[in-house]
Amino acid sequence: MATEVRRDVVVLEARRERAGGLWSPAARVASLAGVVVAWELACRLGGVPAVFLPPPSTVAAELVGMASSGELWRSLQASLLRIAAGFVLGSTAGVLVGTVAAVSSVAEAVVDPLIAATYPIPKIALLPLLVLWLGIGEASKVAVIAIGAFFPVAVGTMAGIRGTDPLLVRAAVSLGASPLQVIAKVRIPSALPVLFAGLRLAAGMSLLLVVSAEMIAAATGIGFTILHAGDLMQTPKLLAAIVVLSALGVLSTWGLQALERRVVRGRST
Amino acid sequence: MDVRFEGVQKTYRRRDGTPVEALAGVDLVVRSSEFVCLVGPSGCGKSTLLLIAAGLVPPTAGRVVFEGDAAGRPRTAVVFQEFALFPWRTVLDNVAFGLEVRGVSRSERHERALSLVRQVGLSGFEHRYPHELSGGMRQRVGIARALCVDPAVLLMDEPLSALDAQTRQLLQEDILRVWEATRKTVLYVTHNIQEAVFLGDRVVVMSRRPGRVREVLEVPFPRPRTEALLADPEFAGFCHRIWSSLKEEARAALEEAYGDGSPA
Repeated sequence: MATEVRRDVVVLEARRERAGGLWSPAARVASLAGVVVAWELACRLGGVPAVFLPPPSTVAAELVGMASSGELWRSLQASLLRIAAGFVLGSTAGVLVGTVAAVSSVAEAVVDPLIAATYPIPKIALLPLLVLWLGIGEASKVAVIAIGAFFPVAVGTMAGIRGTDPLLVRAAVSLGASPLQVIAKVRIPSALPVLFAGLRLAAGMSLLLVVSAEMIAAATGIGFTILHAGDLMQTPKLLAAIVVLSALGVLSTWGLQALERRVVRGRST
Repeated sequence: MDVRFEGVQKTYRRRDGTPVEALAGVDLVVRSSEFVCLVGPSGCGKSTLLLIAAGLVPPTAGRVVFEGDAAGRPRTAVVFQEFALFPWRTVLDNVAFGLEVRGVSRSERHERALSLVRQVGLSGFEHRYPHELSGGMRQRVGIARALCVDPAVLLMDEPLSALDAQTRQLLQEDILRVWEATRKTVLYVTHNIQEAVFLGDRVVVMSRRPGRVREVLEVPFPRPRTEALLADPEFAGFCHRIWSSLKEEARAALEEAYGDGSPA
């Protein structure tokens, strides 16, 4: 019997690398389009009653109608003003309080337990109290949004500033930076990525709270439109308003990302 | 400017409150325009001594005296082992930081920072961010940043320890070149004996913890020094002498660190 000699040869050849990066944007569009098409087909062929779920084409037509009648812009304006005022007030206060609490141990001792005790309160629960204090007008709605935006920003600012690499502080001090300069030129820039995470949470919170507040105590705004359309069984309008909310959420995320790219530079370490 | 360490002592407290004596009375004089290297076994407090000189850590006892006319210049600037660059600032703005916090105008500080960036061989990289640079380039930025404030005394805390051997060799020569041009007073901490001998006018050998000055040696090799010195048998012999002085300390330090007396 002949001896059999086996030799294994393994060859690693050049090959094209997977072009996953090219396909994923297409997959994203397809997933969204697929849901819309399935929805349209279900309504047209599956006999889903339009009063419960109108097809996307009807919702789109309703949206166009609301835009041309001016109703869309009126509610959008009302909601956006509330969000903007509340978000700016709340996040400004959050950055200030967070910064002070992060750099002063006395302020930390004062602020930390207060935040720990009040952060878990669902902010919408405060609306009746705020209406008692500030009236049913814009102030109470802006206030509840401001409170909602304050917490994530304050907590993010604190965490970011406390997380500053002590070596960078040491380097700045050795180069002659004063305590205030250390805060402005080292601690806050180093906290920015975490601070922006707080801002994104705050933006989501603002959207949630504006809708809730408008459902409880308002005669304008997207939240009011949704509630009112639901009461009247105007399902296309209700869904159109929800689409607007979704767009607002996406736009606010994009806006903050664009701002972050401008402000936060040179990292990835 | 002369720097005089007089009985400098440092005792840390561990988190559980037990005191650790890092430095046990260090007396040392660094003369003006002198390049002094501090070597010692790990944990001997040599970096602590440097941070005390920088004013970043207060001594428990004793004092550091700076003598001489600083002519309005800052006393010290530090080059850190881990570079400690600000990741959100460009090379130029990192280098200019010390002037910026002193209120020097933008155009003036950028002009000076640019000349230092050039001096350390980073021309063309002034608008890059630290994460875009190699380790050797980052430390060049660290050196330029410290020199930019024109300190009377330059303190360098194991500046090349985080770099690979080839980069370290190149930077040693660059440090010498820059130093020959400025003749600054330098206190240079390292655990690398060859590096200390290659760079320094004197080498201070420290004992293990608690650190004190064990021996001070004048380096006999003339300047300007070049790479060729490294191949000189006398250089090797001198380094070996220091190593013999350091060896028992290093071994004892290691045994103390592991606590069981087993050989390293």
